[in-house]
Amino acid sequence: MPKEEPITVEGKVSETLPNAMFRVELTNGHKVLAHVSGKMRMNFIRILPGDSVTLELSPYDLTRGRIIRREK
Amino acid sequence: MIVLHSDEEIASIRRAGQILSATLAKLKKYVKPGVTTKELDAIARDEILARNGYPAFKGYKGFPGNICTSLNEVVVHGIPSERKLKEGDIISIDVGVKFRDYFADAAVTLGIGSLNEEAKSLIKVTEKSLYIGIENAKVGNRVSDISCKIQEFVESKGFSVVRAFVGHGIGLKLHEEPEIPNFGKPGTGPRLEPGMVFAIEPMINAGTYEVEILEDGWTAVTKDRHLSAHFEHTILVRDDGAEILTEN
Repeated sequence: MPKEEPITVEGKVSETLPNAMFRVELTNGHKVLAHVSGKMRMNFIRILPGDSVTLELSPYDLTRGRIIRREK
Repeated sequence: MIVLHSDEEIASIRRAGQILSATLAKLKKYVKPGVTTKELDAIARDEILARNGYPAFKGYKGFPGNICTSLNEVVVHGIPSERKLKEGDIISIDVGVKFRDYFADAAVTLGIGSLNEEAKSLIKVTEKSLYIGIENAKVGNRVSDISCKIQEFVESKGFSVVRAFVGHGIGLKLHEEPEIPNFGKPGTGPRLEPGMVFAIEPMINAGTYEVEILEDGWTAVTKDRHLSAHFEHTILVRDDGAEILTEN
């Protein structure tokens, strides 16, 4: 069984939630629940509502994502 | 981190691989017009369990089948169903076996009855590309040297390489690091070392390389609904070249 490659999408943070989770509105209008990738946590990159971010979605659960980059 | 497996661990993976290749050999006898993919699923399950293995895909991230049966335009992750095989179909059968705590993973694409020229050629090229990948899984090469050689060969034959799914390390888990794409530039990624175990698995399309996932959340089909083929072996990187663990 092959490993699925994550889908990369862009969105805007609409809400910060407890446990380092975020609600992100994608450019296509979908809202997903996202956590922050380990690397971003280690580098203390802060994410605030309104920030543009890049996230990875699993093709099997398009309602959850992982934030991999904050755009400037 | 890429796991370097001990001889003891490799012995278990090898056993899983033997159970797997025996299961595929048995399935090949049943791939005929009129057989449903669900019947193939049951045959595989019984064969694996009788040999003290466990079907590794069952329940994996919620996958409903024991094996994946991907017909014609289905690239991978086809769910066994009541659909009957018919003359001219091609079917990719992907099997995962867990033995003790270790995994092996392999796939073949078979034709049912007589095939058209395109289907025949697609199967031949995909199988050959797997062996080209395996030949390049040698100590000192980097992961993408495998990827690049597969892509070069496949595209030289006019077919396309699926991007959305990739091969992977395997051992204590079904999917371990590294990812092994079937496309890309040479000379990047980790260097191969003895003791690494990989599942190399080119997924090759007759038309566009783009895929989409159907409503069931699993079945991956080609976007243009042209044919797709898939071959896979689990291999061990050794000083003297790659050893295929899912053969005999």
